[in-house]
Amino acid sequence: MKTDPAALAVFLFFFILITVMGFAAARWRRPKTLARLDEWGLGGRRFGTWITWFLVGGDFYTAYTVIAVPALVYAVGAYGFFALPYTILVYPFVFAVMPRLWQVAKEKDYVTAADVVHGRYGSRALELAVAVTGVIATMPYIALQLIGIAAVVKALGLSGELPLIVAFAVLAVFTYSSGLRAPALIAFVKDIMIYIVVIAAVVLIPSKLGGYGAVFAAADQAFRAKGAGGILLGPSQHVAYATLALGSALAAFMYPHTLTGILASQSGNTIRKNAVLLPAYTLLLGLIALLGYMGHAAHLKIASPTDVVPALFQSLFPGWFAGFAFAAIGIGALVPAAVMSIGAANLFTRNVWKAYVDPGMDPAREAKVAKITSLVVKFGALLVIVFLPTQFALDLQLLGGVWILQTLPALVFGLFSGWFRAPALLAGWLAGFALGTTLAWINGLKPLHALVLGHASVTLYIGLLALAANILAATIANLIWRPARSPA
Amino acid sequence: MSSNPPPRWKRLTLWLLLIPYAGLLWVPFYNLREPALFGIPFFYWYQLAWVPVTAALTWLAYRSVRDED
Repeated sequence: MKTDPAALAVFLFFFILITVMGFAAARWRRPKTLARLDEWGLGGRRFGTWITWFLVGGDFYTAYTVIAVPALVYAVGAYGFFALPYTILVYPFVFAVMPRLWQVAKEKDYVTAADVVHGRYGSRALELAVAVTGVIATMPYIALQLIGIAAVVKALGLSGELPLIVAFAVLAVFTYSSGLRAPALIAFVKDIMIYIVVIAAVVLIPSKLGGYGAVFAAADQAFRAKGAGGILLGPSQHVAYATLALGSALAAFMYPHTLTGILASQSGNTIRKNAVLLPAYTLLLGLIALLGYMGHAAHLKIASPTDVVPALFQSLFPGWFAGFAFAAIGIGALVPAAVMSIGAANLFTRNVWKAYVDPGMDPAREAKVAKITSLVVKFGALLVIVFLPTQFALDLQLLGGVWILQTLPALVFGLFSGWFRAPALLAGWLAGFALGTTLAWINGLKPLHALVLGHASVTLYIGLLALAANILAATIANLIWRPARSPA
Repeated sequence: MSSNPPPRWKRLTLWLLLIPYAGLLWVPFYNLREPALFGIPFFYWYQLAWVPVTAALTWLAYRSVRDED
């Protein structure tokens, strides 16, 4: 692709702006010291409603979302829209569960999900299972953010790995020095930019393409010509659509990066208010998804569905605005990547390093270990993207979703009930993890499995199927190995 | 968590949080082209409409439990 100087200049301007902000963030709401894990890794647990809104919004709705959701909708149609019910149904769950989790974490100075699990059950094995699942589910997610950056870098006409490496080096250094304050501050810029881009896109693009009716008609025609996909779901897709939405909604806030945003807020009410306010981003996501159909209406000639958004902006907007949009997407990748590496670093520090290597470490040492881990995590993600095929990261990210969902019983059930015990939850986690991985494997690393019941067959989300096996196994194990209780 | 649990009727508002699950997980109910709105098929605007509806329901639930901590 040809380089547009206006687009490149706007892109670079915003990139330099957020780099400066990232480093300045260490001074923002400056604590007495950053050499504590809850200061570096949770921003001192003092983020109010608006900061949390921008941070969680910037962290949950990633750049990859902006690229991948329209790409899926472009490629398969209605099925790709499951991201919308998913990101609606996540909030009643957050409202009901997360304030309680926050309360426990605040009282006991917990920084990670695995901290909460260890505190609740006193089981090092269950803690390790939750921590390791969190880290391995997050790594490919970081790699996906890099794919988001790579897509806009390519659209700007730059070639080679160097721009990607520079972007990530910047990210790594400001996360190291400022911790969670850096992505929280940058999220303000990123989210406002994304809002501007999307509102411009959904207002202007349909008017250039003849209105929404024409957009849907063009997409309909394209799917008919292709003989696959469609602007409505096929009968066999109903259950797949619903289970993907529900399973993804339950998994979303089990990830270290989303939980980090939750734990960094200043009160349970901050989280509740955000469950009311965050759906504004979901509306945005629904509109972003429709960009996929606009790609059909604009008759784009693209090599891969992931090019649909960049190509749409390039063909329908002036160069400077395309550059602005690409900057928004690129910065949109840095915010979640930073929070993900912080979340993974917190887990490693608290639940692996402190638990097994250096139990007596002081807060300053904890912060140091976490900072170094965040660098290692990002470097690992960069190596994956540079040296392994893109499909590898995509497959792993899919498995990561199935895996992280298996930590839900251990993390959530204990907040509401004392019935389950650690060995049973561990057995459940193992059952869910094994079943989920096996099913994904035999289905060629696709998220869906066709379950045959007699003559009928239903296709559903593997993560949810594995979660059902997880809960069933934990319940059975808990019933079998229930020790004699002392009389109450 | 709270020393003064809210009255029972206030607790009931938490059940409102289940409504979006009913509205969105029964797919055959809304997997339809008509009635379209501004050229947008029912399948799409119905799900988009659940965004403000869910926010409103969550807000009602919020009003009843916000004093808990």
